[in-house]
Amino acid sequence: MSKEVPTNTTTAWAASYEEEPSQASVPPQANGVTALKPLGWAPVNWAKANLFNTPLNTALTVLCLAILWFTVPPMVNWLLLNAVWSGSSEACREAAGACWSIIAVKHRLIFFGTYPYEEQWRPFLACGLFVAMLGISGVRAFWRPALSVAWALVLIAMGVLMWGGILGLTYVANDRWGGLPITLMLSVFAIALAFPLSILLALGRQSSLPAIRTFCIGFIELMRGVPLVSVLFMASVMFPLFLPEGVTVDKLLRALAGLTLFTAAYLAEAVRGGLQAIPKGQYEAADALGLSYWQKTRLIVLPQALRIVIPPIVNQFISCFKDTSLVTIVGLYDLLTAATVATTDPEWRPYFAEVYVFAGMIFWLFCFSMSRYSQWLERLANRYTRR
Amino acid sequence: MTENAIIELRKVGKWYNSYHALRDVSLSIGKGEKVVVCGPSGSGKSTMIRCINRLEAHQTGHIVVDGIELTDDVKAVEKIRRKVGMVFQNFNLFPHLTVLQNLTLAPIWVRGMAKSEIEEIAMMYLKRVRIPDQAHKFPGQLSGGQQQRVAIARALCMRPEIMLFDEPTSALDPEMVKEVLDVMTELAGEGMTMVCVTHEMGFARQVADSIVFMAEGSIIESGSPAEFFENPKSERTRQFLGQILEH
Repeated sequence: MSKEVPTNTTTAWAASYEEEPSQASVPPQANGVTALKPLGWAPVNWAKANLFNTPLNTALTVLCLAILWFTVPPMVNWLLLNAVWSGSSEACREAAGACWSIIAVKHRLIFFGTYPYEEQWRPFLACGLFVAMLGISGVRAFWRPALSVAWALVLIAMGVLMWGGILGLTYVANDRWGGLPITLMLSVFAIALAFPLSILLALGRQSSLPAIRTFCIGFIELMRGVPLVSVLFMASVMFPLFLPEGVTVDKLLRALAGLTLFTAAYLAEAVRGGLQAIPKGQYEAADALGLSYWQKTRLIVLPQALRIVIPPIVNQFISCFKDTSLVTIVGLYDLLTAATVATTDPEWRPYFAEVYVFAGMIFWLFCFSMSRYSQWLERLANRYTRR
Repeated sequence: MTENAIIELRKVGKWYNSYHALRDVSLSIGKGEKVVVCGPSGSGKSTMIRCINRLEAHQTGHIVVDGIELTDDVKAVEKIRRKVGMVFQNFNLFPHLTVLQNLTLAPIWVRGMAKSEIEEIAMMYLKRVRIPDQAHKFPGQLSGGQQQRVAIARALCMRPEIMLFDEPTSALDPEMVKEVLDVMTELAGEGMTMVCVTHEMGFARQVADSIVFMAEGSIIESGSPAEFFENPKSERTRQFLGQILEH
């Protein structure tokens, strides 16, 4: 804004300069005539130029301020100022604010569901390992073969921790797992499995072989045309009917399969968008050099296509992460279900909003991390490539 | 038809739906021969040379390259593509790879060469096209003329026996045409078999052993540059030369 202030206000500035000598020491350049500071306080000038420059803008500004005035203070009061941070449910009944003590009392249930209480350090450790490993995998310096070895070890360690049964750990069947481990594992495994599957589906959709193309189109359109809830139901209820007698597939695994297939169908369409953005000349150049179909796809097409579609792919990852909360309908205790269970305690029943805010914050934390990471990834992918 | 032809087209026909792109095209190119193909746009000249490495499939007739007939057999096609280098109008460099990676990718994956070995060869070719200092840049950071020279070096890294050029200078700014033509002229001097679709008649006159003139999907006439420019046989050729040599 300072550029727009005319420079012939030397005298005016000098006047205000004398009135406010305390400010004179702050901008040393203000002593010179060349570097003039605008009259008045910068934020005020900015507000005048941007918020009150037309009657309509002035009206909208006033309206927004009014809305903020009526919503923010009560929210802050409820969330923070009048909130009860610890103590019994009696203390909450008397307070006007949020009852965060329910989190203090119920957080173990929210995070770990019905996992045996005294063994909950195990899912805690497993989640910690998992999240740490995810974080490490995101760092470029660690993108080397040793990472897959580390992943294998961490997955084994997680399995040992969660199931137990060896090393003196008591066995915990996976129908007792719940909370954050379920949400994290379901979503990460679904994403990790769906991503390669989606690439195959997208490639298959462009295949010149009619059988493959038809199958891929059929699969994608079927999955996209059905709500996730019904896919999960089918995976959970109908799929076992097709299995020979005596053969059972774990409930968790069935839900994972449903989630994976559903996510893969959506991801495949995002990947297809990237494939279609690759100019025909790239395929021709690869062909002319004698690269085979898979070499061409892996070395030329996918590296370019996937970096184009990082935003929609991460969008789908985030969506998948949140969709895991639907597995509750097939009887799995994800984070949100565990949170709901925490609110059924009669003593704490009035404070369900706090629990949902808390669960929402955890979801948000993970999703926001993914979003930030995707922005970094995009910058990395496009740093050198200029078309 | 010459006995020792390295490329042989016999009565090649091609249609795009109902559009007849190539009509009974027969052409025989000997080893080390430099052939310039010219003609008005839509005459089928690009289609013809794209049939030679099967970027386009012909429907009737036969194409034999270095003794191998081009059919739907993928193995035969891959074999031929290893012998035939191609340079495109729009360069078609891989934008996500550095110049050096563009050059070494196919030799590593298709020829199974060691990285260190092919990198040395690639640097040699980059020196020959006079841009060794750009080896670690990305294609998007180079000028059009530089990109096309990289594309030529990329094709040469596969040690091809035949080089196809599909209007290599048509997408270039005028001041960059010469640097690309110079590289091509040098290559011709080394005895490479070259088939080049171009409108650069100066290049054709200087380098070509024979000039093929196409119109409406057929070869109208072919002959040495001297014959072609001084004494064109058909009216259609005279008309074309009149238009193209005017400016």
